Amino acid sequence: MPIFEVFRQERKGQAFQHAGSLSAADSAFAEVYAREQYGRRGESVSLWLVPRVEIHEVDQFLDELERNYHRVDGYPLKAKLKEARERAAILASGKNG
Amino acid sequence: MVRKANSRTDLLLEIADDELILGWRNSEWTGIAPFLEEDVAFSSIAQNEIGHARALYELVAQELGTTADQLAFDRRPDDYRCAPLVELRRLEWARTIARHYLYETADAVRIEALKTSSDPGVAGLAAKIDREEIYHRMHAELWIDRLQASDDGRRRLEEAVHELWPYALGVLDDDLRLEWSRRVTARLGFTPDEARPVTRAEHTNELQELWDEMTMVRRGAPAGTSW
Repeated sequence: MPIFEVFRQERKGQAFQHAGSLSAADSAFAEVYAREQYGRRGESVSLWLVPRVEIHEVDQFLDELERNYHRVDGYPLKAKLKEARERAAILASGKNG
Repeated sequence: MVRKANSRTDLLLEIADDELILGWRNSEWTGIAPFLEEDVAFSSIAQNEIGHARALYELVAQELGTTADQLAFDRRPDDYRCAPLVELRRLEWARTIARHYLYETADAVRIEALKTSSDPGVAGLAAKIDREEIYHRMHAELWIDRLQASDDGRRRLEEAVHELWPYALGVLDDDLRLEWSRRVTARLGFTPDEARPVTRAEHTNELQELWDEMTMVRRGAPAGTSW
């Protein structure tokens, strides 16, 4: 039986979030099952039902050369900032003294 | 001839008893339905039916000066007004789906009539119930179409419909039955042979068994227990 991924929206205007998945013979049955599992307690204002086979999945991210400068977390600044503050403190105490 | 409900209370009790007993029967699939999603959906439908029964019992209880629980559990099996169609214990999927469809279609015809009732309490509740029944019908009709899409499914469905037909004829009075039969045969694509309707006056042994189980805890509790 095909698998459908279910996304639900909690309030109008909010982003849809993945809620789970279900098996159903077709999208009409998927609607009935999704209503019961994700809609009957008023927890959703809208649902998206996506056949899993229609999802284009991308799951390989090579980083052979470790080009971490591509990443926003590529520059750890904490240590550098600490050094800089210490240098500044030494300079300042030198002037005062 | 089918006995015609002669008052508002009788009619509401007929529907409430149908919903309670069918809800009970459908709930027997909980945990053993063909697959998980269907288990959740069918159990939820069963729960809705019992919810509809409660709302209807409350309307009747106001009039009779009693409570919904007393109406649901404290009458003797012979006092129930449900149609024998809903009493049958048929833990076989084709028969379950056939009954589900035959009953839901009858319920739709009946609810449509009630929505035009001059009694605002009845018309309002009918409209409310109908909004949930839409999904029951959707579920039943999807299954009917699905079963008919294969030779094996069609054979099983036809067998089940033929077996249940006399019982199904007993759900509605003459004035509504024609419309029901028109809708049902249009979707099924075949018309079972004429049969004598099994009426609400002819309870089956299966109702007695169901009642024994359904009221067991309540009957076993000391008098004055509050729930």
